[in-house]
Amino acid sequence: MYSSKELELLELLEEKGYLETKMLADLLALDEETIESMLEKFKQDGILLGFRAMVNWQKINRHDVTAFIDVKVAPKRGRGFDDVAERIYRFPEVTALYLMSGAYDLQVVIQASSLQDVASFVSDKLSPLDSVLSTTTHFKLKTYKHDGILFTPQTEDKRLNITP
Amino acid sequence: MKSLSNQVVSMKPSGIRRFFDLAQTMENVVSLGVGEPDFITPWNVREASYVALEQGYTAYSANAGLIELREEIATYMKERFSVKYDPASELIVTTGASQALDIAFRALLNPGDEVIVVEPAFVSYGPLIEMAGGKVVPVACRPEKGFRLDRDDVERVITERTKAILLCFPSNPTGATMNADELAQIAELATKYDLWVVSDEIYAELCYDEPFTSFATLHDMRDRTIVINGFSKAFAMTGWRLGFTCAPEVVTREMLKVHQYGMMCAPTLVQFGGLEALRSRHQHVPNMVKSYRQRRNYFIQALNEAGLPTHVPGGAFYAFPSIRHTGLTSEEFAERLLLEERVAVVPGNAFGESGEGFVRASYATSLEQLQEAIRRIHRFMQQFEVTAVKDSHS
Repeated sequence: MYSSKELELLELLEEKGYLETKMLADLLALDEETIESMLEKFKQDGILLGFRAMVNWQKINRHDVTAFIDVKVAPKRGRGFDDVAERIYRFPEVTALYLMSGAYDLQVVIQASSLQDVASFVSDKLSPLDSVLSTTTHFKLKTYKHDGILFTPQTEDKRLNITP
Repeated sequence: MKSLSNQVVSMKPSGIRRFFDLAQTMENVVSLGVGEPDFITPWNVREASYVALEQGYTAYSANAGLIELREEIATYMKERFSVKYDPASELIVTTGASQALDIAFRALLNPGDEVIVVEPAFVSYGPLIEMAGGKVVPVACRPEKGFRLDRDDVERVITERTKAILLCFPSNPTGATMNADELAQIAELATKYDLWVVSDEIYAELCYDEPFTSFATLHDMRDRTIVINGFSKAFAMTGWRLGFTCAPEVVTREMLKVHQYGMMCAPTLVQFGGLEALRSRHQHVPNMVKSYRQRRNYFIQALNEAGLPTHVPGGAFYAFPSIRHTGLTSEEFAERLLLEERVAVVPGNAFGESGEGFVRASYATSLEQLQEAIRRIHRFMQQFEVTAVKDSHS
């Protein structure tokens, strides 16, 4: 079980992972040692998996291709979807993999440097897998918002400088 | 030309005005001078108002406000604050809490009636009371008591002419809160001297340590209290101008006449936004409160470390640090901080004489802006011989 302060710390980290320990301690009215031991515990428990920046590559004109591939698969007796999922997520170009309810089973997100690379991933790596029954590939055209962050930020403060 | 109203002409413009004009001319100002949330109104609320516009809800509403909205307000008051009001006869939807205060005082006061105003206080209180013919009798909250109101201080200023007492907890500008027991002592005075109570509860949702107590829930208070509340602070809707009064029918009936002739009704589109805000309150308010609490914790600690002794405010989004040890007046301090470091705060004396020696610094701004403000305040404070106050949390 995790305390409400621990959960609040996780929420804060998820939103502002770059904050220093002293600031985290001040925000939560705890001392720095407590924050450090909480962080250590989260890491050991596999709850805190890492920190990374949210980069808007669209601004830099780097023409990476992101594809969302809907995959229908035949589950294996006793193992369900886990075996085939593992075979898929081990490919380094796979950036995300979800088991889905609905019209298909797995959603594979891959990042590649060209359409051609995506095509070869699907035809050479994904489709030949025994359990894979069919694939439908969609390409991302533009990111508006990702993980709660707007890609065209509207940060201008519209308030007056001083109000009662 | 004949002269204008003596009363209005002799009224002082708000003390905030001068700083506003000064700050407007400067660039790269980090503003801690803002008395409103830094959140933008939640999208679903904006969208609801947009849909109402699309559907053509452009006519007047009932004088007291859309009945659906009044019903939702009644539900909110009951669920959130445990006090029951009849939507048909005890609630009025107003254009902001300020207009709610205006109709309350116009309905309550006869010329010369005294209203006890708890200071430091919001800048509009005094002028609103005077324009309604009343006389302001200030009673100061003491810094050494964390700006909580002392019962005996109140009793000392009660006279035969005292008609009402005006309270605002959590307080703008001090952020002070009063718990149920502390408020009960004030309630006893209201009963003892047969006073009306106007309780401005606009910051009710923004309490960080103790649960909020609506004054109307205290013994014998429901029928002598006019609760003022609104959407500005809890739902980040300041520019919408939407508030409400909750009061027994005997006074609501009279306030409604003032409202009817002076305002007709609150803007209908805005009322639809308010309805959506109340219906979705569980979705937004707790997250905003959590975020304010975190920033309060950081900011109070940081001000104390920067050498500005600051009590821990239990609510609202204001810090009210003491600047006495700098040897400057509140206005000198605020002006120099603005000119030398481009940080805008509001001098405490703008909120009444008892605010002298303090400044109001709002932490309703981004964490990054708060950190920048603290860096600048640190630098500014170097010129004074001050020491950091350690550990405001304990």
